[in-house]
Amino acid sequence: MALLEITDLTVSFDTPDGVVKAVNGMTLALDAGDSLAIVGESGSGKTQLAFATLGLLARNGRAGGSVRFDGQDILNLPEDKLNAIRANEIAMIFQDPMTSLNPYLRVGEQMTEVLMLHKGASRRDALTESARMLDAVRIPDAQARLGMYPHEFSGGMRQRIMIAMALLCRPRLLIADEPTTALDVTVQNQIMQLMADIQRDFGTALILITHDLAIVAGSCRRTLVMYGGRVMETGPTDDLFEAPSHPYTRGLLNAVPRLDVPQETLRTIPGDPPDLTALPSGCPFSPRCPASHDPCSSLMPPLEGFGSGRLRACHAAREAIT
Amino acid sequence: MFATKSVADDLAGSAPIKGRSLWADARARFFRNRAAVAGLIVLIAVAAFAVIGPFIAPWNNEDIDWNVLGNVAEGGRPSLETGHWFGTDALGRDLFARTVQGTQISLLVGIVGALISVIVGTLYGAVAGYFGGRIDNVMMRIVDVLMSIPYMFVLILLLVVFGRSLFMLFVGIGLISWLDMARIARGQTLTLKGKAYIEAARATGVRPFTIILRHIIPNLLGVVIVYATLLVPSMIIYESFISFLGLGVQEPLTSWGALINDGAAEMTNGTLWMLTWPLFFFVITLFGFFFVGDGLRDALDPKDR
Amino acid sequence: MSVYILKRLLVAIPVLLILIVFTFVLMYAAPGSPFASERGVPPAVLANLQAQYGLDQPFHMQIWRYIVALVTEFDFGPSFIYRDQDVNSLIAQGFPVTLTYGFWSFLVAVIVGGALGILAAVRHNTWLDYLAVGISIGAQVLPNFVLAPILVLTFTLWLGWLPGGGWQGGQWQFVILPVIALSTSYMASIARIARASMLEVLTSNYIRTARAKGLSARRVILRHALKPALLPVISYLGPAFVGMITGSVVIDIYFSTGGIGQFFVASALNRDYGVMMGITILLGALTIFFNLLVDVLYAWIDPKIRY
Repeated sequence: MALLEITDLTVSFDTPDGVVKAVNGMTLALDAGDSLAIVGESGSGKTQLAFATLGLLARNGRAGGSVRFDGQDILNLPEDKLNAIRANEIAMIFQDPMTSLNPYLRVGEQMTEVLMLHKGASRRDALTESARMLDAVRIPDAQARLGMYPHEFSGGMRQRIMIAMALLCRPRLLIADEPTTALDVTVQNQIMQLMADIQRDFGTALILITHDLAIVAGSCRRTLVMYGGRVMETGPTDDLFEAPSHPYTRGLLNAVPRLDVPQETLRTIPGDPPDLTALPSGCPFSPRCPASHDPCSSLMPPLEGFGSGRLRACHAAREAIT
Repeated sequence: MFATKSVADDLAGSAPIKGRSLWADARARFFRNRAAVAGLIVLIAVAAFAVIGPFIAPWNNEDIDWNVLGNVAEGGRPSLETGHWFGTDALGRDLFARTVQGTQISLLVGIVGALISVIVGTLYGAVAGYFGGRIDNVMMRIVDVLMSIPYMFVLILLLVVFGRSLFMLFVGIGLISWLDMARIARGQTLTLKGKAYIEAARATGVRPFTIILRHIIPNLLGVVIVYATLLVPSMIIYESFISFLGLGVQEPLTSWGALINDGAAEMTNGTLWMLTWPLFFFVITLFGFFFVGDGLRDALDPKDR
Repeated sequence: MSVYILKRLLVAIPVLLILIVFTFVLMYAAPGSPFASERGVPPAVLANLQAQYGLDQPFHMQIWRYIVALVTEFDFGPSFIYRDQDVNSLIAQGFPVTLTYGFWSFLVAVIVGGALGILAAVRHNTWLDYLAVGISIGAQVLPNFVLAPILVLTFTLWLGWLPGGGWQGGQWQFVILPVIALSTSYMASIARIARASMLEVLTSNYIRTARAKGLSARRVILRHALKPALLPVISYLGPAFVGMITGSVVIDIYFSTGGIGQFFVASALNRDYGVMMGITILLGALTIFFNLLVDVLYAWIDPKIRY
């Protein structure tokens, strides 16, 4: 049985400009200890997918479908039931480390409260464990750092603290939402390396949400490409990078600047990201798709399996994607 | 409106680009807000009352109706027959004419105060914010100092020392009204300063004051307008406060505060209209300004876009 | 921390001096002031002034003597009208009264307003929220001088529950109406500020982090959201204090409570510059001191302020 099984998940928001459909029938599964990258442009619904999983949607958001964690449906669970799972079983790391830590509380307090709540630890034990965890994410002089406030740390350091905090209860699933986007490139590499090490050492399952294909390659076994709140394709990372089977994946890969191939201009996918208040009834990518043809804009292609553990949702023939 | 930041970020990328200008967009938003439109209508009505009132009032605001004097509680009631539509005050003067006149003064004080604050405060704040550093420090320190003084007492002192007149009232209110505006304008300027077009102007050698006048001030306009709208009522409250204490404009001139004070003093004599009419105009006008101000803020505030 | 307090004090003292010099110069320049002409001032008063300032001395000596008397003996100077009155005796009479209802008003405004605003934000879009918003909008148009007559009309003339004026040594039934009249608009402002800032804090990223940690809603609000949400309220306390001190004048006039504001207006109408100056300086000093307290409180709560 998969650790996490998301079936036909939908997320929508009521706004003054109409209903925004952020996620439109997502299905995915993740085994214990496995790693999955969810890739897509901003507006593809990947962050809201993660928020819906942990019940963190904004007040005007609604989620439908099912999210099963360890066999239990946790979607739309009451807050007190969810609280037992949050951080304890499923932990999350957020995009912006500069604003994700409470600026008015000492780092030590923000870390220990997790252990005291979920593990019933005493303050003293929680402090010891927190210092150990800071040490594990390679923050020097951890003991002294616990008494400091977030603004006394750099962005990279804060993201390390977030990671340490997320791991305190040894969760079985870690969801990292763009953990490196707000950081310098050199720091990005350090953080990704750290996440890979930790995933190996702790045996935690990992969902890495990102728009940056460059960081996916070495860090996740499988990759899922999302667009307009739907799965475009999914499969083992290496296969998917080697031979993309969807025009959107192809476009994303082409847009990554490469040093080994001479390029005259930066290639982009023409067109704008989809208007989530008025999605086409068919494939959301069809307005921008170079391979778009007759049924595309009116009929959503089903997810079909092929090869070794790969799935794709596209009307175009696989051979046509180059 | 209450979607989290991340939703807003997600949406920012996906919203189709429309060809409407910022101001047209703001106007559409404003007119969709019913409370704001109602406020605007009330304000227009009150302004019309102040302007047209003197031409339709059967009585002058200074004349005493001798038929009524001595028997105000009975003869001074609001009535269509006597022509005292709002009744008379305790001295037998027509309350309609006096309310019209008080409305003129109160609106004038409010608008002049807000104007001074817009001109002085915006310039001051923009200069402080743009130059930054030491200049900014000294300039804002001055504002801090002026703000920590119980200014109403100083204003009253001024009025007593130099005599009570409309002019002194404007000077006094003008002295204080720009402080908040200066702070707001400075804060906005600080964020504008980092924008690429300001840096471009700087890099091409445009003189600082030209940049402030041509690039910064026009971009402050939205915030300034919102704040000025909310400042008018507080100026009206200031003036009414002083007049309520009998230290404001002098008879026969009057204002809402003075009329409310007069009315409140006569409350026990069963002549409640003397209190209710000026109170009514005072309250609806303040409501009007607050609703319009809130509407403008919602329409212009870039935070919600 | 003590360095920070010292620094703020170093700023506060010149401000106070500026206020003193400004009011003194104003009084000096005033037409009809005893400094300008000796006409109309009773000889006995003149003798007081002579003793206090030395009227024959140059201006800078006069102001110096005033400041010295003020700082060393808390002597606010004599009245310009009455021979046997000085500002200190008026302060001794009126200040306890002002302090009593001012203290209660401040407490009511902060506690009721703060609680109302926070609760409204936490229960966003419920009847409680609408009630809080309604009250704060309504109270915006009811400054103390408007509310006072309305309160007297309702609770004294119609219902007959409470006295419409007087003090009687501060018995509770005489305190209630002044406190309501003085505190309501500030209570509403505080509620509005607290609500808006709490709503903003609740949508912030770090609150999402706190929720993702599985903390109870109660702990998220009390431990993570309350402090940052109250910061804007704390910065509003200074202006609220100034507003209440100013408003106390209306309270004293309208309810005849006998507070310090009553003497201020009386002296303003009498052109008793000595009393006006003394009261202005006293209240100015009080305001400056209070702002200092607020600054310190703010710095104590917000770890980002370095001192």
